[in-house]
Order: sequence, then C-alpha cells, then structure tokens
Amino acid sequence: MDFRTFLKQNLVFLDGGMGTLLQAQGLQPGEHPERWNLTHPAVVRDVHKAYFDAGSNVVCTNTFGANSLKFAPDELEQIIRSAVQNAAEARRASRAEQEMFVALDIGPTGRLLKPLGDLDFEDAVSVFAQTVRLGVQYGVDLIVIETMNDAYETKAALLAARENSSLPVLVTNAYGADGKLMTGASPEAMTALLEGMGADALGANCSLGPKQLRPVIERLLACASIPVVLKPNAGLPKVENGCTVYDVKPEAFADEVAQMLRAGVRAAGGCCGTTPAYIRALTARAASIAPVPATEKQITAASSYTHAVLFGDGPVLIGERINPTGKPRLKQALRENDVSYILSEGVRQQEAGVQILDVNAGLPDLDETETLRRCVQELQAVVDLPLQIDTSSPQAMEAALRVYNGKAVINSVNGKQSSMEAVFPLVRKYGGVVVALTLDDSGIPSTAEGRVQIARNILAKAAEYGIPKRDIVFDTLAMTVSAEPAAARVTLAALRRIREELGCHTILGVSNVSFGLPGRDVMNGAFYALALANGLSAAIMNPASGEMMKTYYAYRALMGLDENCKEYIEAAPRLSAPAASAHSASAPSAREAQSELQRAIEKGLKEAAAERTDTLLQTMQPMQIVSGEIIPALNAVGVGFEQKTVYLPQLLMSAEAAKCAFERIRAYMSGAGGAAPERGPFVLATVRGDIHDIGKNIVKLLLENYGIRVVDLGKDVPPEQIADTVCALHAPLAGLSALMTTTVPAMEQTIRLLRQRAPWCRIVVGGAVLTQAYADRIGADKYAADAMETVRYTEQILGGTQNT
Amino acid sequence: MSTVLTKSLPAPPFCEREALRYAGCRAADGQTTGLLHACLDQAQDALAYRVCYTVSPVEIREAEVTFEGFTLPSAQLARNLAGCSRALVFAATVGVGIDRLIARAGALSPAKGLMFQAIGAERIESLCDSFCALFEQEQGVSLRPRFSPGYGDLPLEAQRAVFEVLDCPRRIGLTLGGGLVMSPSKSVTAIAGITARTEKKPQNKCARCRNAACLFRSETWISEPS
Repeated sequence: MDFRTFLKQNLVFLDGGMGTLLQAQGLQPGEHPERWNLTHPAVVRDVHKAYFDAGSNVVCTNTFGANSLKFAPDELEQIIRSAVQNAAEARRASRAEQEMFVALDIGPTGRLLKPLGDLDFEDAVSVFAQTVRLGVQYGVDLIVIETMNDAYETKAALLAARENSSLPVLVTNAYGADGKLMTGASPEAMTALLEGMGADALGANCSLGPKQLRPVIERLLACASIPVVLKPNAGLPKVENGCTVYDVKPEAFADEVAQMLRAGVRAAGGCCGTTPAYIRALTARAASIAPVPATEKQITAASSYTHAVLFGDGPVLIGERINPTGKPRLKQALRENDVSYILSEGVRQQEAGVQILDVNAGLPDLDETETLRRCVQELQAVVDLPLQIDTSSPQAMEAALRVYNGKAVINSVNGKQSSMEAVFPLVRKYGGVVVALTLDDSGIPSTAEGRVQIARNILAKAAEYGIPKRDIVFDTLAMTVSAEPAAARVTLAALRRIREELGCHTILGVSNVSFGLPGRDVMNGAFYALALANGLSAAIMNPASGEMMKTYYAYRALMGLDENCKEYIEAAPRLSAPAASAHSASAPSAREAQSELQRAIEKGLKEAAAERTDTLLQTMQPMQIVSGEIIPALNAVGVGFEQKTVYLPQLLMSAEAAKCAFERIRAYMSGAGGAAPERGPFVLATVRGDIHDIGKNIVKLLLENYGIRVVDLGKDVPPEQIADTVCALHAPLAGLSALMTTTVPAMEQTIRLLRQRAPWCRIVVGGAVLTQAYADRIGADKYAADAMETVRYTEQILGGTQNT
Repeated sequence: MSTVLTKSLPAPPFCEREALRYAGCRAADGQTTGLLHACLDQAQDALAYRVCYTVSPVEIREAEVTFEGFTLPSAQLARNLAGCSRALVFAATVGVGIDRLIARAGALSPAKGLMFQAIGAERIESLCDSFCALFEQEQGVSLRPRFSPGYGDLPLEAQRAVFEVLDCPRRIGLTLGGGLVMSPSKSVTAIAGITARTEKKPQNKCARCRNAACLFRSETWISEPS
C-alpha cells in the first residue's frame, strides 16, 4: 500500500529513539551515530527490526545528521545508502504483520540561518536537497523532517523535499515548554507555513514528555487540516547511579499518547529515551482506537516566523506605506538601497497597530526582483509581522515568496487566465493567502453579480491547482466615488455576497474610494465602517489615518471583539487629540528653534530635533541648518566623547537626534526635487565570517551625521563584493570591521584585494579585537579605536567642507 | 556513559552597573539609565535562560586535558584544572530574541542597539554565574573560575568538540557557524573544574585576566549575584 493511502485510513505507528540505544551499544560521546550505518550495520538493523517487531509502521533511517555540512560527498552517499539498506533489511527480517514503511530521516543542520546565523537560506536548501536525492535514489517510501527548532530551516528542508521528490513528507518541530520553537514560532504559525507548502502531516517531537507536549498538540489539532504527528520524549532525563534514565515509563507513556490519539493525533511514536518497549506498549494500548478523520478547518491564516494572523478573528489591518507610488522619499530610499529608511517605515506601521505589512518595490528603473527579495529579507530580520508580497511580476513574486520566512499574503491574482496561470503555481508551491481581484479580461464588471461571478471562476481555477478556498481573499475593488456615483454601493454589495454566498474572506484598498476629493480621511473612515458592516475581513490602509483607526477601534468595541472596551479606552485619547502641527501657536519661532535645535541634538531629543528642524526649514536654507546648527552640536558632543565627559550611549542618542534632523532636511529636499550634497562615498562592511555589526552601525550613523554618503554592505561580506563596490563607485574610503580573532584574516584578505584593485582607496579598520599593531600588520591605512576617530580621519581625507 | 542534562533557569538578578560597563559607560546620567531600563523592559520577554551541561572526568597533562570524548590542547586550561578529577562542561544561551532586538535597533537606533547589546552581555554572564552557583549548591562542590574556548592558549576550535559532546543545537538551540561564531550571539561555552566545597573564590574576574587594555575591564568588582 502506498503511504499516503495508508495515512488516510489508519493510525500510523512510528518508531522510537535511536541515539539512546546506540549509546547502550557503545556509541561514544561526540561520535557521529550516522557512521554506525557503515561500521555497525548489524546493530542498526537490530534496532530497526525491534521497532518493526514492536508494531511500528514507519521506521526512520539512522540519518538524523546525514548532511553535506557534516560529511564529505562520498561518505554521505555511503552513509545514506547503507542506512536505507539497514532499514529495508530489518523490514524483510521482521515477521510483523502490520504495513511497514521506511522513512528517510532528516534532522536540522545544527547551523542557524541568516540573518541570525551564517547559513544562507539557499545553501540550506541545497544541503537538504542532497540528502533528499540520495534517500530517493536508494528507495525510501517517505521523508520525515524532524526536531526542527527554527521555522526558516524547516521551510528550507520541506522545500528541498518537495523540489527533489514526490514522496509523502511528515514534518515535526521541537516545541519548548513555552509552546514555541527556540526561534519563536507558535504552533499556529508552523501550521500555516507547513500546510501552505504541502506537507502531508505535521506535528511535534522531542524536547518534552507526552504530558508537557499536550498543550502544543491541542493547538495543532485545533488549526491543522492535515494529520497531526506526535513523537514525545520519555519525559526528562536524569542521572541515577551514573546512568541516564528517563522519568516516564512505557506504560505511562502509552497511556498519555493513546489519549492524544483519541483526541485526533494520527501518527505517533517516541523520541529521546524511548525504546521498542515504549512502542510495544503504545501499539497494544492503541489497538482499539479508531482514527479520527483530519478535517478541513477553514482557517485563513498568514504567518511570520513567530506568529499567525487569522482572518475572521476581527478586522485585519494591512499597512500600505512600503509602496513607492507617490512617495518620493521612499523612491529615493529604494534607489539608494537605504535599508534603514525602509525598515523605519515598517516599524512605524507596526507601532501604529497594523498586523500585516504590504511590501511593494515596483519602480520602473529598478530590478524589481532583486529589490523586492532584499526588502523582504531585511524586513523579516527586524519586524515580526507577516508580509504581503505586492507585485505584478511573477518573477519578483517567486523570488520574494521563496525567501520569505512564513506564509505570506500574496497581492495579487485576478480572473484573467494569464494571471491565474502565473500566480497559482507559486501559491501551490510556496503557500500563501492570495488576494484575488474581481476583474478579468473584460475589465471590472459594473455590477455586483459580475464581480461575484469572477470570484466563482477564480475559486474553480484555484481548486484545479489544489489551492483551498480558505487561501483566497477577494478584493471587490474600491473605486473612486467622485467618478462613479454607484461605485461604493457595487463594491459593498459584491463584498457582502462573497462573504455570505461563497464564504470567503475579503479585502479592500479602502482609500481609493476618496480619490480626487477633499477631506479624504473623513470619506475613508466612513467607507471603512460601511465595508466592515458588509463583511470586510482586511483593509489595506495607512495606519496614520486618524479616521480609519477611529473606525477600527470603535468597530471592535461595538462588535464585542474588545473585552471591556479596553483597547478602545486606551486608544481614545490618542485618536481624539487634534493632530499636532508645526504651525500651531505654541511652536517656537525660527530664532528660538535655532538654538533649541543645537540643544535638542546635544541632549539627544529626537522628536524635538525633528520639530525644530521643520520650523527652521521655513526660514533657513537646508544646508545652512546643517553647517550652522547640526554640525556644531555634533562637534560639541564629539569633543565631549573624546575628552571622556560624554559616554558612548549619550553620543549615540545625540547622533540619532541629528539623524532625525537630517531626515527632515532630506525629505524637504527630495520633495523640492533636489538632494542634499554628500561627500564620499564611504564603503562600510563587517568582513566575511563575522556577523557582529553594532560597531559598524555606530560608525555609519556618525559618518552620515557629518554629511558623508555611506554605502553599507552589511555583515559577513566577501572581499570580492567589497572590492567590486569600491571600484564601481571609485570610493575614496573603505571601512572594515571585525569582532573576532578568527575573522581578522578575512579582513587582511580584503585589504590585499583592495590594494590590488583599488589602490586609491584609504582603508580604515576597527573592531573589538583590533589594535594599532594588528592594523599595521594587516596593512590598513588607519586604525580607529572608536567611531569618532573614524569621523575625524574621514574629514581629514575628504576635506572638512562642512566642518567648523 | 556521561549524561548531558538541560536546564531552564529563572531570570538571574540584573546588575545595572555591569550592563552600563558593557555599554562603555563609567558614569551614567538619568537619560542613559532611562534608556537602559526602557530597553530592559522590552528585552524581558525576549530572553530565555537555557543551559546544557555534563560532568566529565579529566586527565590533566602538561599542555593538554583529556575529557570524556575529546582532548583540548592548552597549558593554561591544564593549570586552571590542576588538581581536579572532574570538570563541568556547559553551554548557556539567553536565546535568539535579544539578537532580533539588537538587529532591529541596529538599523533604527544604534543607541538602543548598544543598550540591547550590553543587556545581552550582562544577562549571559549573570546566567553563567547563576547556573554555576546553583550547580555548586546542588552538588555540594565548588567550581574553579570558568574557562572558555578562545581564552588564553585554548584555541577557539575547541568549540567543535564542546558542541559535539553537548549537542547544543538540539538541546538549547545554540549553533556554531562556519567561522566558529555562536548563534544566538549571547551565549557562552565553558569548562569549570570541580573541587571539594571549601575552596574560596577570587573576588574579581577581571583581576585574573592579562588583557590590561580591555575596554570592559572592571576596576571595582561588583559582587556576583547569588
């Protein structure tokens, strides 16, 4: 029988621990158990056979750590070949009568993926792909991905399994006592991710005993539409008379696991500390339990690497601000790869209360695929909200979905054949909640019925690709009411019918309705209220819109979604206060603002610095503010730092206040079609192998304060990339940072390459392990002990045109 | 057969002066401590205190020490463990959450980034202190000053052996990158000799260290949290 059919009809019994049993046979601490497939095949076969004899339907090969990071290619192939052989021979040797399958076991790489670790996502995919291909070649029946404690690595493994085989895949994660993976993902987030990518079953293994895993299992059962798997430890290990013993014995283990089989778990076995005795007890206890069918849960969920956002639990807010259309400052940031500006837009919206961030990087003169991918990677490094990938380019969409750490919202597909044929395969492969616009080749229907019909067509086509209804949310298209008086009514009627007749969730870009009208916010707020009343699930909106946020909080309170009106009460003062204005009577005059700007910077007051700058911009030339106000204030603080009367945190707070002032000036100038004159560029990077970047970020902040253009290449940057950038920009200066003694050689290598390819470039080095002597030895032009020293040196090289 | 055990600890007491020292601050005004505490509040939920450890017999020679499953070449470690027949080998981490906060702040507010960095450094050191104190108490022993790969003449490559034996990724989510950099970054691996209960501890960790130019060198030692 094929495994998928078997899983559909039966409870599946998996095997138990392997490592513990091999240790009992003499496996030494630190020794790779995978090598025992070659050195002790009989021992491994006996363990497998004992599990089949105890009633296991599935035995996992002894390949937990069999990957190309740990083993050379030839040895890896030998290990996997013999591991599959050992399991297959055990199956032949067993006289057990149940159905028996051999699964390729895949554990984590032991490395953390970028950006928190140093393993690239695509490299992780290739590592897993090699193992998968070998397993398939030597004839396993299914793949078990297990003990994964990071969402991103789990995604890499599942993607590798799906791209290199058509075998069934079971995926289990290691949840801690807090109900999360080590890197933060909740059971709901993992369910969204794994179901979206087409896992055949998902669940929990390792880390805890059956009782402690129960809450996680209950949460998985509540949200998963596919079978749930459980492989707990035999409780917790302790040392008794020099031996390791686990505190849950076979009978108690079997009782606990059997209860969860009755509650709906469909596949069960054991992990650390469990032996064939545990599996024998379990299969005996569970013999009479009938499998509970896995049912469709109708949950529409997007997820990040920490949590899932559910449509239907209350109105979902999707922040629309990371979209260059009509935003000159964002356009400039995208063109200049000014990551921190883009991140600040994301964080600002999160702080304003949105649950999902829309990300659009479509600019005519930019490589959208690369820009969107980079935006997604940078945003997901600092913002834990699910992202909405917003692009009309299927190529950019795929690039972004591939690297996205979770289940994204995809914006968008529509009723045109060409659109569905381009987008649905991506939804099928990477998972996603897809926004479906109710328009097709003949345009946007002017009637509600026309739009509902397109929605039906889209659902039918999606079903052909195996995409469930719950993963589609319909946008019935908010049109400009000033151009077409019936526009809003048709949109709302279509919305209501899709919600009621098709049972699907809905979404609108609300503010389109008021296009061309004055007082747009008022109109948007009212239309949003009407849309909510007609069944709107999610709004793509600007969280800075006071009226929409008012409607949002009021709606939640009115519909009983806000217990004791708590959130409403908290938000009320913020929402009813008149918007602060730089032109209000209490604002300081330009003359007052002048000295106050210097004071705000020296004191590190960000908001005050921004406000004072706005006031000054009404009367002063931008560059005059920089040279007459900002730089003198920074110099005063810098001198204090050098004389040790000001410490690093204070220096940084001042630098951040100055940055806010600069940001106002830059916005003013890009609005006026100009750009601030800048010197440089200064190419800055943390060298290859090093993932520490706080020092580098401090240097960047201070250099930018002094009007120097910094091209920040990030951390773990290869020498070639640094040299390429310096050459392409003919940069007069490069700054290299290294924090560890082990990465100083990479710094030396970078300097050598720069000397060859960019002899004009001066090189400044810094970082905790460096000293003047070290810097001299590796051939740097300058060792800077701190960020101020880098600034002083740069001023000296570039000529301090703005310095006093 | 040695057993590796895993422990989750409650948050150790916070030492403000240590955190400020890591932030490069020898005197702090209200605004600085205000920022420190705002960051600490934000970090609280992102911190998890996990340790995995084993007790290994040690064979000490002049310039190397053999543990169960691995040998480390280091005369300084041999001196550090002189007279001990067993050692505690452990790995500790405060988790990946603080790295996310550092990354987020690094892009938006380096001042906060610096504070999160300092908080992470203080937290992991305090976790090691707390764990060692707990171990001493539970086992009725004393521990020598802890010694980590990369200290003195103990090469950083020793990390590989410690990671193999403790299986850190699986037990506490601690990983070793290609350049021997640990992720999460606020983590420590260390070895501490086990002695009978009586031995008295030195007061200042920094006093034992030869790096007189260290930016973080503590002049007045703050008593270790108990």
